[in-house]
Amino acid sequence: MSTTFVTHERRKLGFGNYVTCLNGILWREALRFLHQRERFISALVRPLVWLFIFAAGFRQVLGISIIPPYETYILYEVYIAPGLIAMIQLFNGMQSSLSMVYDREMGNMRTLLVSPLPRWFLLVCKLLAGTVVSLLQVYAFLLIAWFWDIAPPLIGYLTVLPALILSGLMLGSLGMLISSRIKQLENFAGVMNFVIFPMFFASSALYPLWRVQEGSPMLYYLCLFNPFTHAVELIRFALYDKVNWVSLAVVAGCTAVFMIGAVIAYDPGRGLARRAPAGGET
Amino acid sequence: MTTIDSSRPDQIARDAPEPFDAPAITPALSVAGISHCYGRRQALSDVSFGVAPASFTALLGLNGAGKSTLIALITRLFGIQAGRISVFGHDISDRPSDALQLLGVVFQPRTLDLDLSVMQNLLYHAALQGIARREARLRGEEVIARIGLADRVNSRVRDLSGGQMRRLEIARALLHRPRLLLLDEATVGLDVQARADILAHVRMLVAEQGIGVLWATHLFDEIIASDDLVVLHGGHVLARGSVTQILRETSASNLDMAFRSMTEAADRGRSS
Repeated sequence: MSTTFVTHERRKLGFGNYVTCLNGILWREALRFLHQRERFISALVRPLVWLFIFAAGFRQVLGISIIPPYETYILYEVYIAPGLIAMIQLFNGMQSSLSMVYDREMGNMRTLLVSPLPRWFLLVCKLLAGTVVSLLQVYAFLLIAWFWDIAPPLIGYLTVLPALILSGLMLGSLGMLISSRIKQLENFAGVMNFVIFPMFFASSALYPLWRVQEGSPMLYYLCLFNPFTHAVELIRFALYDKVNWVSLAVVAGCTAVFMIGAVIAYDPGRGLARRAPAGGET
Repeated sequence: MTTIDSSRPDQIARDAPEPFDAPAITPALSVAGISHCYGRRQALSDVSFGVAPASFTALLGLNGAGKSTLIALITRLFGIQAGRISVFGHDISDRPSDALQLLGVVFQPRTLDLDLSVMQNLLYHAALQGIARREARLRGEEVIARIGLADRVNSRVRDLSGGQMRRLEIARALLHRPRLLLLDEATVGLDVQARADILAHVRMLVAEQGIGVLWATHLFDEIIASDDLVVLHGGHVLARGSVTQILRETSASNLDMAFRSMTEAADRGRSS
């Protein structure tokens, strides 16, 4: 038999290869998101229910005094909008992590991890891709909210972008850190109940911290140490073209810690190893 | 058929010159003294063998023998607990990037994205390898034509048959032009014709493109006399060498008999 050997490759991977890889992962996540319309709709319905029903109902109960970054009295709907934006990112971050556990069980994650690029880079790309998807959801929410008279200054739509990227990365990293310790998909739902709801309710998303302090000083400190509170405040201030420096520092610090922790803790063999003793192929 | 002394793959890897100077000498894959545990359970025990470039090596073992664990170690999905693995002389632990660039993998479970099209799956894989989009599209069209899916380029993978999906996975594994291809039970769940087609396609890759292949299987009829063979049982390598050599040494008339005699002897030895 005649042998016609083809050229095989070993390339020095440079900056361009890293950019190509990042683009590919972002593109794939965006495509998957577009194919999963129900995911997009459910991601929007959740905050809109809070906005249209919960906020409308509580408007008369909860009065909001003038607190920064607001310069006048505001409607309760306006107050909770940043909290709902952060909620979108929280759910998205956890859902992205859920998909990583699913991908690990189904095998798709293996395709990613046999890439010659460093594993930390691949995981950071996955986080960025999840954040980009959350941005699409947030801006769709802001568009609908605008028709509901929740209209921050126009510049706010731009200045909120870096805050959204940072908070999206923080919440995505947290999700990845949690998912790195999850052995199987079924465990994830339980963990979500112990993460999403406590984080959301013990924060300044639904009520200002001074009101929490009046009700329960202990809960106030809990809220204060909750990184989600700072994500909410970062977004709230950025929407009005202002910076909450404490929140920025907390969110940036938590992002770094969660991201490093997630990369270190991520074990692709976890899903594989779980199946091994069950008598399946090892 | 192979110049590799598979009993000393580590020696070969250490003594060999740079792989690109002498690809015929450096083993495509060198597995040396690999052991792996899941908790207290020993999945692999002191596993050593080599795969020569441009050769077809079958890794034969029953379910639970340790084949998938070994594939996971070679692809760096698991960290190596003991031993050493190198691809064309590049240690998978020390130089993973160099090793993984030379490696194409088809895993046992399907790893295609069912909601993406045939071409989109290939472009995604190419991006993960750092291959620019224009080049990736050219290569994608080339491999799609080669596996006979040119008319399905924009079809969702979900709509392909099992055999077509496997062919696509093999094409995807070759997109970055690796020199070693690992296939873990690649024909599981396929009908007889699809199995034969895929096996013929992989053997063609060895003959025409000079790719080294490690074919993990539990099916005897996928192995032919000219293949190299590694028999894995209970995490131990029971035999390695050419099929004819193993048949001769076990005095068996066929591979099925040889395998049974080896595994039964090993099981007896372990229980006594």
